[in-house]
Amino acid sequence: MSRLRSAALVGNPNAGKSALFNALTGARQKIANYPGVTVERKAGRVLLPSGEPVELTDLPGSYGLLPNSPDEEVTRKVILGEFPGEAAPQVLVVVLDASNLEQHLVFALELLELGRPTVVALNMVDLAERDGLVIDPLALEQALGVRVVPTVAVRRRGLIDLAEAIACAEDQEPGSRQPHAGMTERRVTARAIAAAAILSESSRHRLHAKLDQILLHPWLGPLILFAALFVVFQAVFAGAAPFAEALQGGVDWLSAWVRAELPPGLPRGLLTDGILAGVGAVVVFLPQIVILFFFILAMEASGYMARAAFLMDRMMARVGLSGRSFIPLLSSFACAVPGIMATRSIADPRDRLTTILISPLMTCSARLPVYAVIIAAFIPDRSLAAGIGLQGLVLFLLYVTGIVGAMVVALVLRRSVTQGAASGFIMELPKYQLPQAKDMAIGLFQRVRIFLRRAGTIILTVTVVLWLLLNVPRAAPGEDQIDASIAGHLANGLAVGLKPIGFNRDIVLALIPAMAAREVAVSSLATTYAVANTDEAQQDAALSRALKVHWSLPTALAFLAWFVFAPQCMSTIAVTRRETNGWKWPGFMLLYLFALAYIFAGITYWSAVALGL
Amino acid sequence: MTLDQIPLGSRARIVAVDWSLLAVDEVQRLRALGIEPDAEVTVAHRGVFAGRDPLAVQVGRMTVALRRAHALAMIVEPA
Repeated sequence: MSRLRSAALVGNPNAGKSALFNALTGARQKIANYPGVTVERKAGRVLLPSGEPVELTDLPGSYGLLPNSPDEEVTRKVILGEFPGEAAPQVLVVVLDASNLEQHLVFALELLELGRPTVVALNMVDLAERDGLVIDPLALEQALGVRVVPTVAVRRRGLIDLAEAIACAEDQEPGSRQPHAGMTERRVTARAIAAAAILSESSRHRLHAKLDQILLHPWLGPLILFAALFVVFQAVFAGAAPFAEALQGGVDWLSAWVRAELPPGLPRGLLTDGILAGVGAVVVFLPQIVILFFFILAMEASGYMARAAFLMDRMMARVGLSGRSFIPLLSSFACAVPGIMATRSIADPRDRLTTILISPLMTCSARLPVYAVIIAAFIPDRSLAAGIGLQGLVLFLLYVTGIVGAMVVALVLRRSVTQGAASGFIMELPKYQLPQAKDMAIGLFQRVRIFLRRAGTIILTVTVVLWLLLNVPRAAPGEDQIDASIAGHLANGLAVGLKPIGFNRDIVLALIPAMAAREVAVSSLATTYAVANTDEAQQDAALSRALKVHWSLPTALAFLAWFVFAPQCMSTIAVTRRETNGWKWPGFMLLYLFALAYIFAGITYWSAVALGL
Repeated sequence: MTLDQIPLGSRARIVAVDWSLLAVDEVQRLRALGIEPDAEVTVAHRGVFAGRDPLAVQVGRMTVALRRAHALAMIVEPA
């Protein structure tokens, strides 16, 4: 007998697989992608009672082995051992939602037909009890012919039993591959098994039905959704401020310390004006990203995200999309990369492509630093009415412009390049659940790590390269350092094309590295103006003051308009290439966004000039 | 009578489905969720705008969101 090395969790979406996975493996998880597709591969280690570790993978939720989306395709291929470079798991751990047995048993029966070592985790038995359901695991065990372990992931109930069952499963008699039953046949069997296993069922009014009465109410529902979104964005912008300031203070202190400790010269310049100014300007957005992802994760874990999709479906249908696109698009407000990756839950390929193509138009959190700096410098801090400031209004308008732009683009795309029949919207609305602190913490930790890794690699590299391009070769005495530098020459060339829309050389200089990551535009401007001021005292002057000296108001407005539409970061292009399997669509995305950005920045600049601003 | 016509909150049994009105992947997904002939369903919620689209349908212990276009393909009788 070969040693047991691998097992996989498999089951319907909303079976509580992820919570069970977190409870079994703890925080030491490896998240990667299956090669060639952007379906997340989550793996971790489970210790068997014998102390031996087993690699446990959490397969994407699936309704059956007949795939209906890229996610389900991966699940099917991994289980059948058809995925290249991925050995079939030795033991299948089928996860069932105890309060929805009739449905979840259908897939379980299909998996059991494979005749592989299998264990069943009867998950969320506490929620079933809350609903007044009493289930007999032994009856299930007899009907299915494999070990059935009742579990409550969040209270760590049944985890040791489950690990033991996994260890024993390998010794199972190699079952014969049973003849393939039809879908209807399986459903009939599932119903019979469930009926026999359910000992009693009180007709207690279920909590989630009551909640849906309010949250899906024809007009109360949308109101609550918009109120919730308002609270989220308020928390993202206001709640993060003290933490961001603290981080900024830390970066400033470090920068001052380096300046005091090191003699003036290129190495010190690289450290303070290059690395600290650049990476520091990005890291201060960590609090905002944490808060936004906190809400997105909470909405997903509680089951509200699916209700939001239900409420938004009609609106999305008008532009040829479905409620399913709402979730990826909402995620894109944090970052287009997880947003585009979330599109894989959209079954319709044309729908999915359209959603991918418009997701960069959602104002991602990386654009916020750019907006914040420009608005602070050019828009007076005036109150228009009680509680409505001019600065906030401009920010709001920038978000709205992005959303409206996205809707119009979707409408046009659905009538041209992604033409086809209107897409459907079929989606399970999962039960409401209280998000669990541990699952939220693991989810947040993973996102923070991705963000910091980006700041530590791409953004660090780009700022260092830009700093070098700005400082090499050194200017002759009396000559401007920027004009003398390699970057200056490059920007002067490109600026010719962007002059008509009011952009100066410094902006072009910021736009080049912003292709790597948008927020770098801020650090690039900081680097540029720090370099231009050879005067030590002025070097510390606030970036916004420098901007006011160098830019006119129409230029600043055009810059904002540009950023609503324009250059998405390299990571977005890269993830689009991976998701669409080729350069055609990322190329198209790049072109159409550049064109929109140029046109809108131009219109903004020319109208502002005409109005005499 | 189609699923689109039954009043909110009343139970109905799906008698027949005109699968030809639906795309292949929609058929597959609906059947995977147990929405097929002989299933008992209740329309629990509907959207607010024109056509009151989409619908939230209770089937077994699940609530499933689907569009009016799907509901129109399903012939039901009161259960």
